[in-house]
Amino acid sequence: MTYIRTFLHIVALPLILVLIWFVATLGEASFFVPTPQLLIETFFETWTSERFVSDVFPSLGRLMTGIALSILIGIVGGLLIGSFRWLRALLEPTLEFFRAIPPPVLIPVIMLLIGIGDEMKVSVIVLGAVWPILLNTIEGVRSMDEVLADTSRTYGMTKFNSVRYLILPSAMPQIMAGIRQSLSIALILMVISEMFASTEGLGFAIVQFQRSFAIPEMWSGIVLLGLIGVVLSFIFQLTERWVLGWYHGLREIEQSA
Amino acid sequence: MTDESSSPGIDPRGDAPRTREEDVHRLHRWEASAAADRRGGDIRRHTDVSTSAGLDIATRPDPAAPLTSVAQSGATGRATTSGPGRARRRRRRGLGTKALGAAGVLGMLLTWELLPVTGLVNARFMPPASEAIGGLISNFGLTDFWVAVGDTMRAWALGMIIAVVLATVLGFIIGSSTFLRRFTNSTIEFLRPVPSVALIPLAVLLLGTDIESALMLIVYACFWQVLIQVLYGVADVDSVAMNTARSYGLGPVARIRYVIFPTALPYVMTGVRLAAAVALILAITAGLIIGTPGLGAEISRAQSGGNYVSMYALVLATGLLGVLVNLVMRMIERKILSWHSSVRTEVAA
Repeated sequence: MTYIRTFLHIVALPLILVLIWFVATLGEASFFVPTPQLLIETFFETWTSERFVSDVFPSLGRLMTGIALSILIGIVGGLLIGSFRWLRALLEPTLEFFRAIPPPVLIPVIMLLIGIGDEMKVSVIVLGAVWPILLNTIEGVRSMDEVLADTSRTYGMTKFNSVRYLILPSAMPQIMAGIRQSLSIALILMVISEMFASTEGLGFAIVQFQRSFAIPEMWSGIVLLGLIGVVLSFIFQLTERWVLGWYHGLREIEQSA
Repeated sequence: MTDESSSPGIDPRGDAPRTREEDVHRLHRWEASAAADRRGGDIRRHTDVSTSAGLDIATRPDPAAPLTSVAQSGATGRATTSGPGRARRRRRRGLGTKALGAAGVLGMLLTWELLPVTGLVNARFMPPASEAIGGLISNFGLTDFWVAVGDTMRAWALGMIIAVVLATVLGFIIGSSTFLRRFTNSTIEFLRPVPSVALIPLAVLLLGTDIESALMLIVYACFWQVLIQVLYGVADVDSVAMNTARSYGLGPVARIRYVIFPTALPYVMTGVRLAAAVALILAITAGLIIGTPGLGAEISRAQSGGNYVSMYALVLATGLLGVLVNLVMRMIERKILSWHSSVRTEVAA
C-alpha cells in the first residue's frame, strides 16, 4: 500500500503536467510549442539516427574528458597545495580571483590562444570545472583531524601511505562535494563552448535548429540536455554512495548518538 | 602515610594529579570546542559561495532526506565559513600570509607580463598584463563601460528579485505541507539538473535579444537554487517550537512569522548568496552568447573586432565584479543574520 502511494506521489505531478500540456496544444497547433506526441516522435527521429554519432557522441566525449581531467588536476593540485601552508598562502588569493571569473568569459580568451578545436572545448570545461574540486580538496586537506595526522606521523607512516590512507579519505567528503558542483558546470560549459565556434556537438545542433526554426527538434535537444543532466546527477549519487559509504555510516552514528 | 611525609618537597600525589586533571580538563574543552565547531559551522560551511559559486548547484537538494548525501548536505564549502573555527583561523592568518598572497598575485601578473615578451605566446593574442590592466583602468573613465556594467547588474538584480520572491513564496507553500512536498519532489528533482543554458535557444526564439532573455535564464537557474534551500529550511523547523507556538495559540500567520521564518532565514540567505553568483555568471553569459546588452556583449564585440587588449580588460572586470558580488552578498548575509548563532559565535570566540 505504501509502495503504491509512493509511486503515485512520484508520477502524479509529471502526469498532470503532461496532461495540461497535451490539452493546451490540442486546439490550434502553436508554432512555438509542439504537442507531446510530436516531441516524442521528433526526439527519437532526431537523436537516434546519425546525429547520435555526429553530435551526441563527440559532445559526451568532450564532457567526459573534461570532467576526468578536472578531477585529476583538482585532486592532485589540491593535495599539493593543501599540504604546504606556504604554498596555500601564496596561491589562495590568485585562485579565488580565477574562480570568481565567470567561466564562459574564458571561451573567447581560450579561442584566441588554442584555436577552436576539441582542445579548446575541453580546456574551457576544465578551466571552469576544476575550481570547485581544487578548492574543496585544499580545504579538505587543510581541515584534516590533527590528532590523526600526528598519530600517523608518530607511527612512521610513509608519505604515500599517509596520502592513500589518511589524507585522501579524510578529504573525500569535500572532494566529492566539489565534484558534484563541477559536473553541472562542466555540462553547461560543454553546451556553451559548442555554441561558439563549432560544426558539431549538441550545443551547435540546438542553436542550428533554433536558427532554422525547426522548433520540435530544438525542443527535443533541450529535453536531451535535461536528460543528460539528470543522468549525470544520478550516476554521481550512485558513485558518491559507493565512495563515501563509510562516511554516511559514521554520520548516522553521530546523528543518533 | 609514610610516603607522604618522607617527600614533603615535591609531592608526587598532591601535585601530579592536579596537573593531570588540568590536562584532562583542557582536552575535554578542546574536544568540546572542536565538536561545537563542527556542529556550529555545519549549516553554513558547506554553502559558502566562494567554493560553490558554480551554476545550478544545490547544496541540499533533497529536503525529504536531508543528511543522506554529503555532497548535498555535507562539507561542500570551506570548512569554517563561520563559527568559532573561523575566528581562530582569522587570528592565525597573520601578516606573513597576506604578504605571501600578495606575492602570489604579483608572481602571476609577472608571469602573464613575461609570457608574451618571451614569445612563448603570440603577443597579439595575449597582450602583457600591464596593457590589460591599463585597459581596465582606462575603462573606468568611460561611460560605455559603466553603461555595460549597469546593464549587466540590472539584469542581475531583476533576475535575482524575481527568482527569490517566486522561490520563497512557493517554497513556503510547498514546504509547509508534507503532501505537497512529496507531490512535487520528483518534478523538482527532474527539472533542477536541467542546465539553464539549454534554454538559450528558446529564450532567443520567444524573447529576442533583449534583457528578457537574460532574465529568463537567470530566473530559471536561481529559482531552483533558492527553492531547494527554502524547502530545506522550512523542513528544519523544530517540532517542539512549533507545538509550543501552537499551544500558545499562535495563528497560522504568526507561526509563519515567528517560528518558520526565523528557522528558514539562514537557509534562504544561503540560497540567495549562491544564486547571486549564478545570476552574475548567467547575466554575462547571456550577453556573450545571445547578445543581450552588458559586459558579455562587450567582450564578444571586442573579440570579434580584434581588440584583444580591451577583451582582456573586460574579462578582468568580470572577475572583479564576481569578487565584489561575493563580498557584498556575504556582508548582507551577516547583517541580516546577525542574531543567528552561526554569526554570533564568531564575535564571541
